[in-house]
Amino acid sequence: MPPAALRPLTSNTTRRQRNRTLWFWVFVGPFAVGLALFTYVPLGWSVFLSFFDAHNTVTPTDFTGFGNYRRILSDPEFRSSLTTFAVFTAIIVPATFALSLALALAVNRLRWAQAFFRSVFFLPTACSYVVAALVWKMSIFNGVRFGLANTVLGWFGAEPVAWLATTQPPWYWLVIGTVRLWLQTGFYMILFLAGLQRIPVRLYEAAALDGARPGWQTFRHITFPALRATSVAVALLLVINAFQAFDEFFNLLSDARGYPPYARPPLVYLYYTALGQGQDLGLGSAGAVVLALVIAVVTVVQARWSGLGRKEE
Amino acid sequence: MTPSRKRSTENPAHDALARAGRALRLVLLIALAALFLIPFYLLLRNGLAAESDITAADWTFFPRELHWSNVRELFDDPDVPMAHALLNSTLIAVATTAGTLVLASLAGYGLARIPYRHANAVFYAILGTLMVPAAVTFVPSFVLVSSLGWVSTLRGLIVPTLFSAFACFVFRQYFLGFPRELEDAAQVDGLGYWRTYWRVVVPNSLPVFAAVGTIVFIGAWNAFLWPLVIGQDRDAWTVQVALSAFSTAQTVNLHELFVAAAVSIVPLLVVFLFLQRYIVAGVERSGIDD
Repeated sequence: MPPAALRPLTSNTTRRQRNRTLWFWVFVGPFAVGLALFTYVPLGWSVFLSFFDAHNTVTPTDFTGFGNYRRILSDPEFRSSLTTFAVFTAIIVPATFALSLALALAVNRLRWAQAFFRSVFFLPTACSYVVAALVWKMSIFNGVRFGLANTVLGWFGAEPVAWLATTQPPWYWLVIGTVRLWLQTGFYMILFLAGLQRIPVRLYEAAALDGARPGWQTFRHITFPALRATSVAVALLLVINAFQAFDEFFNLLSDARGYPPYARPPLVYLYYTALGQGQDLGLGSAGAVVLALVIAVVTVVQARWSGLGRKEE
Repeated sequence: MTPSRKRSTENPAHDALARAGRALRLVLLIALAALFLIPFYLLLRNGLAAESDITAADWTFFPRELHWSNVRELFDDPDVPMAHALLNSTLIAVATTAGTLVLASLAGYGLARIPYRHANAVFYAILGTLMVPAAVTFVPSFVLVSSLGWVSTLRGLIVPTLFSAFACFVFRQYFLGFPRELEDAAQVDGLGYWRTYWRVVVPNSLPVFAAVGTIVFIGAWNAFLWPLVIGQDRDAWTVQVALSAFSTAQTVNLHELFVAAAVSIVPLLVVFLFLQRYIVAGVERSGIDD
């Protein structure tokens, strides 16, 4: 008797399970297929291309083994693009981190006009790097006398500086760095503000009872440790985004004559190698694979080093 | 830490110092806020100034005269396809936003709510793509899109950007916390997954759609590298590509360039002013907690 009673029940559950599987794919399928098609397929194709001599073609026949990899790793321009990334990261990551955290702390403690200041610092997020680069290049850091920076220098009797064309000292870093600083600080300030608002008030009450003075002591021992998870995430995002920098470099430095030989970050290098004259897609693909590995390693190392995944207190 | 230190409120000298510190901080904050607004002002100032006012040797903070006719001049200039670029950017941003919201929210809901044996594997396969930044894959993606024959088409500019693992992740996290009672009630009423989703879940989740939608819209409007690579013909230029081409051209007409840049940020400022709280919510949701 029991088996007979069980049978319809089992087939009912399998039918329901099959039904659920079907619905799962109705919901997830279109997205998953698209993502596979436009992310995994290009990646695989790219790995394939990187082993071929693929000038101006995506269906190459001339197998060259690791030739493209040897060429790109021994290319001084490729290596100098990694150096450019390292310098850029060393400038922009600490600067944005410090400024956005300072702004978040200051705005968080305001008793009035908090929303106003938050909006003002966040507003540049709405601006594109193209527009920001245009304002920086044509107006603020214009190398001629009427640029804003040179006008200000002129008040003090200083000579105008050709900001973007000067490599000794490398004034162009000031221009490149401040564009990104202006544009992204508000975004990270919002992340820090959200983190600050999650810190329980009782922590501060307990610290005050223990005699911690408001200000540096409280920040050092309470606020900053409590922001650990946010800080780690912000640092990771900053590095990944610095690695992908293209827009401001391209729009600040390239002109009708082309791109100057200095300050070429990895993506600018890749852009000119793969899509410039000759369309060396094999070499470009090898570059993309190498860069993907570099960013994966940088991310993992940074995450390990900062102890991502450790629970916040 | 020694207990029972005097509280600052009981010490007048300390109190005055604290007040001075607060005032100093406020002054600094106001100065910084002004600095942050200057680039926007420069766009407007140079966009509405006469050419000679921009390049004058004695540059002044306020222009001598406002020329609203610069806007008309921009749209009348046959050498600058600004109107067409604005149209392209609008189509791309709207289609990308709508498509991303539908695809990513459906996927996020399926992953969060429909039991399936391999759901975790699918989820990690999606999450894994976040490890490879999209910018690094632009060469491979270009290869794929060009072999589909989609270079310089709106399709090529829109379709490959529709599958945002980030948006899918945000939706999944959100739907995991969605109150189950609402869905249970719908299922008692005999609604299946599909109708429960559209009639109960979506109408009760509009803030998260607004948050993800505004962020995707801003990203699509401001995107540069992909439109530069794919939108090679003039007819397929977005606003950003047109501005870039215009500003790197040999002969630059500065007031026209600035008025074009100013026009290009108007849609975003509107989105920003009206939907700022959703954008902030979206930024805060960027998966920081998890």
